[in-house]
Amino acid sequence: MKAAVIVFPGSNCDRDLAVAFKAAGADVTMVWHKDSTLPDGIDIVGVPGGFSYGDYLRCGAIAAQSPICQSVKAHAERGGYVLGVCNGFQVLTETGLLPGALLRNAGLKYICKTVGLRVETTKSDFTSQYDLGAVLDIPIAHHDGNYFADQATLAALRDQDRVAFRYADNPNGAQDDIAGILSHNRRVLGMMPHPERAADAGHGGTDGAALFRALAGALVTA
Amino acid sequence: MKARVHVMLKNGVLDPQGEAVRHALGAMGFGGVNGVRQGKVIELDLAPGTSEAEVTQMCEKLLANTVIESYSVEMV
Repeated sequence: MKAAVIVFPGSNCDRDLAVAFKAAGADVTMVWHKDSTLPDGIDIVGVPGGFSYGDYLRCGAIAAQSPICQSVKAHAERGGYVLGVCNGFQVLTETGLLPGALLRNAGLKYICKTVGLRVETTKSDFTSQYDLGAVLDIPIAHHDGNYFADQATLAALRDQDRVAFRYADNPNGAQDDIAGILSHNRRVLGMMPHPERAADAGHGGTDGAALFRALAGALVTA
Repeated sequence: MKARVHVMLKNGVLDPQGEAVRHALGAMGFGGVNGVRQGKVIELDLAPGTSEAEVTQMCEKLLANTVIESYSVEMV
């Protein structure tokens, strides 16, 4: 598996994400936001958490217009894999690769804690190593994680089995308890919780590691 | 020339900041505030000849997220 992790000014989970990919056996390249192309042969692009461009205007809005994001879009449109975590999820909704938007948490507070995350589908190369309905312990750390989409979009996500994860106990007001969603072709996953922060025994939990292992299994470099 | 862009959350989209302001106003003794919606105003200093249509494009592509926000453009 060849992975690229995008680095924006203000990204702060880029190295954590790279470590999690490497632990699963990936060959990882860090890619600066001003680069306009991805390295050749990339299987998956990681869009990391953090505060790209200081969250100015809206979280992820300016990052979504950066040169590298045009290449990330093209990669996804060619059928490439993309994982967006936290701010990365916000960036993916701003680029239009995933539907909906992330609003300010309903309680207005920044929330940093480990939450219960229920696996809602195992039919994706991100979630195939989990048991359906399993509740994982995964940390969240966000101020704007309140997932919003119109009713038609929510119905489509449900009907097409594209809700990857729901909160066991909704911390932020997200509609339909949604914590992570898949693209139509199931190769783009955006999620607010941080699997890369629960991928090593030193993190205090390893429930996120199976996501990276599943990807590595699906994306064996030929 | 300038343009002033008003960006507001759409009706039906929860505005927790507006709600917090409404609660605070009530707690301060200001009665009769039934709702507060908080938005933003963006002022653009434009080269002469920039059209309102271009500003609308700026809104569509960056200044507003039309999934959750509506906008209006005022050329001033």
